[in-house]
Amino acid sequence: MSASSAFNDEKGGSSSVGEPEYGHDPASGGIFSSDYKRHDDLKEMLDSNKDSLKLEAMKRIVAMIARGKNASDLFPAVVKNVACKNIEDPNQLIRASALRVLSSIRVTIIVPIMMLAIKEAASDMSPYVRKTAAHAIPKLYSLDPEQKDQLIEVIEKLLADKTTLVAGSVVMAFEEVCPERIDLIHKNYRKLCNLLIDVEEWGQVVIINMLTRYARTQFLNPNMNESLLEEGSGGDRTFYGSDEDEDEDEEEKEKKAETPAMAKRKPYVMDPDHRLLLRNTKPLLQSRNAAVVMAVAQLYFHLAPKAEVGVIAKALVRLLRSHSEVQYVVLQNVATMTIKRRGMFEPYLKSFYIRSTDPTQIKVLKLEVLTNLANETNISTILREFQTYIKSMDKDFVAATIQAIGRCATNIGEVRDTCLNGLVQLLSNRDELVVAESVVVIKKLLQMQPEKHSDIIKHMAKLTDNIQVPMARASILWLIGEYCEHVPKIAPDVLRKMAKSFTNEEDIVKLQIINLAAKLYLTNSKQTKLLTQYVLNLAKYDQNYDIRDRARFIRQLIVPTEKSGALSKYAKKLFLALKPAPVLESPFKDRDHFQLGSLSHLLNAKAGGYQELPDWPEAAPDPSVRNVEVPEWTKCSSREKRKEKKVEKPFYSDSEGESGPTESADSGNFSWLLSDSASGSESGSGSEESASRSESEESEDGSESEEEEEEEEEEKEKKKKKKELKKPVQESERKCSFHANVYQPSLYNWALVSMTLHLVLCLQTIAPSSALKNYELLHRITGEGLSVEYCFSRQPFSPDANMVAVQMQFTNNATADTKNLHIEDVKLQSGMRVKEFSEIELLPAGETATAVMGIDFCDSTQAANFQLCTHTRKFFVSIQPPVGELMRPVFLTENEFKKEQGQLMGMNEITEKLTLDMKCRNEHTIVQRVTTAANLSRVPCGSDKEFAGRTVSSSSLVLVTVATKEEGAAQLTVNCEKMVIGTMLVKDILLALTQ
Amino acid sequence: MIHSLFLINHTGDIFLEKHWKSVIGRSVCDYFFEAREKAVEPENVPPVLQTPHHYLISIYRGKLFFLSVIQTEVPPLFVIEFLHRVADTIQDYFGECSEGVIKDNVVTVYELLEEMLDNGFPLATESNVLKEMIRPPTILRSVVNTLTGASNVGDTLPTGQLSNVPWRRVGVKYTNNEAYFDVIEEIDAILDKSGTTVFAEIQGVIEACVRLTGMPDLTLSFMNPRLLDDVSFHPCVRFKRWESERVLSFIPPDGNFTLMNYHVSSQNLVAIPVYVKQSISFFETGPCGRLDITIGPKQTMGKTVEGLMVTIHMPKAVLSANLTATQGTYTYDLATKVLVWDIGKLNPQKLPNLKGSLTTQAGTPKPEDNPSLNIDLKIQQLAISGLKVSRLDMYGEKYKPFKGVKYLTKAGKFQVRT
Repeated sequence: MSASSAFNDEKGGSSSVGEPEYGHDPASGGIFSSDYKRHDDLKEMLDSNKDSLKLEAMKRIVAMIARGKNASDLFPAVVKNVACKNIEDPNQLIRASALRVLSSIRVTIIVPIMMLAIKEAASDMSPYVRKTAAHAIPKLYSLDPEQKDQLIEVIEKLLADKTTLVAGSVVMAFEEVCPERIDLIHKNYRKLCNLLIDVEEWGQVVIINMLTRYARTQFLNPNMNESLLEEGSGGDRTFYGSDEDEDEDEEEKEKKAETPAMAKRKPYVMDPDHRLLLRNTKPLLQSRNAAVVMAVAQLYFHLAPKAEVGVIAKALVRLLRSHSEVQYVVLQNVATMTIKRRGMFEPYLKSFYIRSTDPTQIKVLKLEVLTNLANETNISTILREFQTYIKSMDKDFVAATIQAIGRCATNIGEVRDTCLNGLVQLLSNRDELVVAESVVVIKKLLQMQPEKHSDIIKHMAKLTDNIQVPMARASILWLIGEYCEHVPKIAPDVLRKMAKSFTNEEDIVKLQIINLAAKLYLTNSKQTKLLTQYVLNLAKYDQNYDIRDRARFIRQLIVPTEKSGALSKYAKKLFLALKPAPVLESPFKDRDHFQLGSLSHLLNAKAGGYQELPDWPEAAPDPSVRNVEVPEWTKCSSREKRKEKKVEKPFYSDSEGESGPTESADSGNFSWLLSDSASGSESGSGSEESASRSESEESEDGSESEEEEEEEEEEKEKKKKKKELKKPVQESERKCSFHANVYQPSLYNWALVSMTLHLVLCLQTIAPSSALKNYELLHRITGEGLSVEYCFSRQPFSPDANMVAVQMQFTNNATADTKNLHIEDVKLQSGMRVKEFSEIELLPAGETATAVMGIDFCDSTQAANFQLCTHTRKFFVSIQPPVGELMRPVFLTENEFKKEQGQLMGMNEITEKLTLDMKCRNEHTIVQRVTTAANLSRVPCGSDKEFAGRTVSSSSLVLVTVATKEEGAAQLTVNCEKMVIGTMLVKDILLALTQ
Repeated sequence: MIHSLFLINHTGDIFLEKHWKSVIGRSVCDYFFEAREKAVEPENVPPVLQTPHHYLISIYRGKLFFLSVIQTEVPPLFVIEFLHRVADTIQDYFGECSEGVIKDNVVTVYELLEEMLDNGFPLATESNVLKEMIRPPTILRSVVNTLTGASNVGDTLPTGQLSNVPWRRVGVKYTNNEAYFDVIEEIDAILDKSGTTVFAEIQGVIEACVRLTGMPDLTLSFMNPRLLDDVSFHPCVRFKRWESERVLSFIPPDGNFTLMNYHVSSQNLVAIPVYVKQSISFFETGPCGRLDITIGPKQTMGKTVEGLMVTIHMPKAVLSANLTATQGTYTYDLATKVLVWDIGKLNPQKLPNLKGSLTTQAGTPKPEDNPSLNIDLKIQQLAISGLKVSRLDMYGEKYKPFKGVKYLTKAGKFQVRT
């Protein structure tokens, strides 16, 4: 039963929901204002022991929320009766869902309960519940980061888990909570490597990324003996080409590749654990999930010896067949890889050919890859391909192609002339954008060998009449200025035309006109002197200050006057210096300092929460940290198990690892299941069945039992649990995979839990705790206008943990101001202490002030006497605490509670029978009344109404149990080391429950 | 990891949103709308966008954008793959993934999203597991639900997540036990003007429909597995068996699934089933051009080519087309400038031809570029690579299943340059 069904119900059952509801996510946006005490009937239903009533109540609550009604005051009841109860449900799925519900509540007061629940779930015997515990960890961490240390303990525990179900989730929690604690991985490294192939796909991605980082801190660089400069050169190609490396050959090849290098430096030997990681991730290149393939690819790129990286190319090329978003991300990563390791993608050159139907962003990325792959041997093919691209209708793509041609031409000297000729032909293209782009690229190419190409420069000079794109015009002018000696006749004429149109040009063009004028003035002042003067004069009055500045600067520099400084002598050197040709670089250069496949790599900027990929260590850290000691009993049991399941190898996990016993726990499981179903082997399943049968009987009993029998049943349950715990862990682990079949699922519980989940997600607020009781310290008549009230705030008193915090409220009802409010002459019983509040200097007439003082009552109800002083008067007052205020709540689990109670029997236990007040028959009211009477907290998920606390001064435990029976009969038990406190507490609680 | 999800239709309306952590305002989508406008075509919106406080990762499926909001580092493919899985699941449940269908089933969609992601981390993405928890709607059930107020949340507890075969539910029962496999191959090719192959490869997929009782363990073997050059598998396939024996050994999921994808080694020459003779030209004088296309069979392995279709994206300047087709019909969409010629069956005796004139806008220069032709075709009962399934064996169950294998060859991205 879900949130939505009830929602439909209320809407008159229309299955297609009306327009306004679409945006209203029941799980996201409930609005609750505070308005209490209206849903008593619902509360009672929730408090009842009948699942059907609870379910009905939940249905109504969900329906209320769906209509936007406030239900926040029901929230505690829901949590208490549904979420908490179900955390101890015998069915693992209900336990897991209850934990999901609980951990989805984002309210800080629930933190301790949540912590407790996670801890308990982390040692649950069902791996599914443990998985849920791992999922809950980041939720709690985001709610309260202070819990980090405790959470790390849980993570450490779960990391040791041997099931695939848990592995992915706990590593995810590790990454979110404590990615820096790499030391936690050591002992689990080999297990994670061996389990990897059986982990679900999303977990695989997280684990592989984490292990990449781990390996970078623990192993040596496998390529340390090769210089990084020589790359993609002839020698490697044979390695990249062949993809059929078998595991045995790999070692051999590695040796071969490194023999020449070995002589120079000390030999490199790969750590077997490093090899284990590479070997166990390789099969995942065949995953259907693109994220997994990418994760393995980046692992190989960052960790594998150069000769082995090639295997990832084929898998990445395969991803190019996938959705265009996948292509986009993969191509970005391939582009980065092709810069460092060009060789491995060369065989797949044609897979990057562009189709007219590709989206532009994919086209541009493919172009980038093709350009990176271009070398002397394949350049002619690539250029032929580029020629077809230039005819494309997609002009952005054409522009990118022209840029790409330019880059090929600069990188590969042999084809420079061919490219240049091709580009010059493009100058007569009809499309102005194409021409402009070509001009810009040609300019860069010409800078390499200008003397050979004066005809091209002439050709381009003519273009100034037609071409309007500013960048292209600027490029042409720069070219003519730079190489004016090669075109001595044309250059002055171009300047003449430009001077004419100067005022109508764009800014970048104007700057280049000034530039051209200056250069011509220096080389050919006879013809251009006047023209230059004219241009400089125009520039002097330009609107743009950059242009005015430039004009002033150049005039000073080139036109010699008596005032002009020493610089003008060097004007020629300044302007006509030989300029280095520009280097056309890939935007993907050096992007591999980001971990490939990451968001940061894609954006080329560090994203929040990105973990740097560490540099290889100089010397390898101690590899023995990864050794795992195998306890004796595991060894023999796993050996036995192996005999049981025949000699058949596990199908999925790689069983060759050194850490045999650890991995067998899981990968074995699977083959065990297989052999069971395949051959129907008797030994294992027989005992399994008998165990499960007895359990199912028990649970059936449970569901039929009446309320009276509840206690009995619970006891049974507890016993059963104890029994189970005693059995070897492995056995119980095996069994739980059958739980689902064995138990008759209690449908009510399942429905309740799933409904609560939806509900809880809607609730962001919680009703405040019950109001505190105020006591009078000084009446306004005795105080002559000053009245003082106090209450026990139940907050920890921060200056001294052994003191009870007393909050005082001063009100000045007089017409005159009161000054210097403070405490004097404290009279106490021995051992008691007081921490006074700091003096209130001024309390104006009609105003109110509050202050907090701390009193150590020494766990007695003796009064603290003192004088309250103002600047004029002194009043004798005293504070006497009710016994319930001498304690603070502590969180105990039910088991802990029972254990502690067992140690406080005899003299320390006081029991009273009572008849409950008529209004106080339901659980909720009882809890409320007890917690009002005494500062205790309820034991979460407890079957009885149990409360626990410790006295403030001596930290003695105070345990209270209220056991209810028929007709309002009940029994109250208080266990406390301090008998006086116990006796008084019994009286107070009795009073609270019977009145 | 994944913080929120917004579903946006092609007009830019957010019609569904779901938050797994705290609520993030819709205004975060404005950055996306800005990029959407800049990109002109929806396919050109960058899948990953950076905003001051969030990262937006989106996919475009079935005219819808699935936009997820991310706050911290996460592999982009992780998110993209997950979003596609969401779209796949919706398609699987309701038959298609469109705005209308999602709006009609908004409740079920929410339930699915709730189960698929826990606190932003994928929880249950396996279709078999999901279907046990949240039942796909049927007409009968939706009528019953409306009357009784019941919902789609399953009454039984899902078991798949707990077993060691998470993709298969326990206790499957059928009266007719059957296992069908479709071997579908697509030819990706680029042919140049003269008809020579610039680039060609075959991508294949084996789609399975398995309805078998109990926990069957299947083994599928090929006559010529060496043909397969690169493969990727459904998680159920045992990789070790493939590596050592080149057979597919697996416990199948229940129902429809993709068993494997493969690539046929590019060393083998790819057979191109048809040839295309074409000439498209525009005249300098006057606003017109000519078009003449003929298609004929080339290497069809004796089978009939069906479903033949030619799609041409014309230059912007082309106003109208006045053509005659000897077979099939043609349409020219003025708005998108797409010419589609639907031919149907290819008759080797009488080759289909499309001929006629094109009118271009007066006053504009003649188009420089020639449009390329995209070809669609189908050949039944043929795997163009020559791949053949030799046998399917079942272990672990006693009954005799009904088995069947079908072959189909299609044109993938098959393009002829002009």
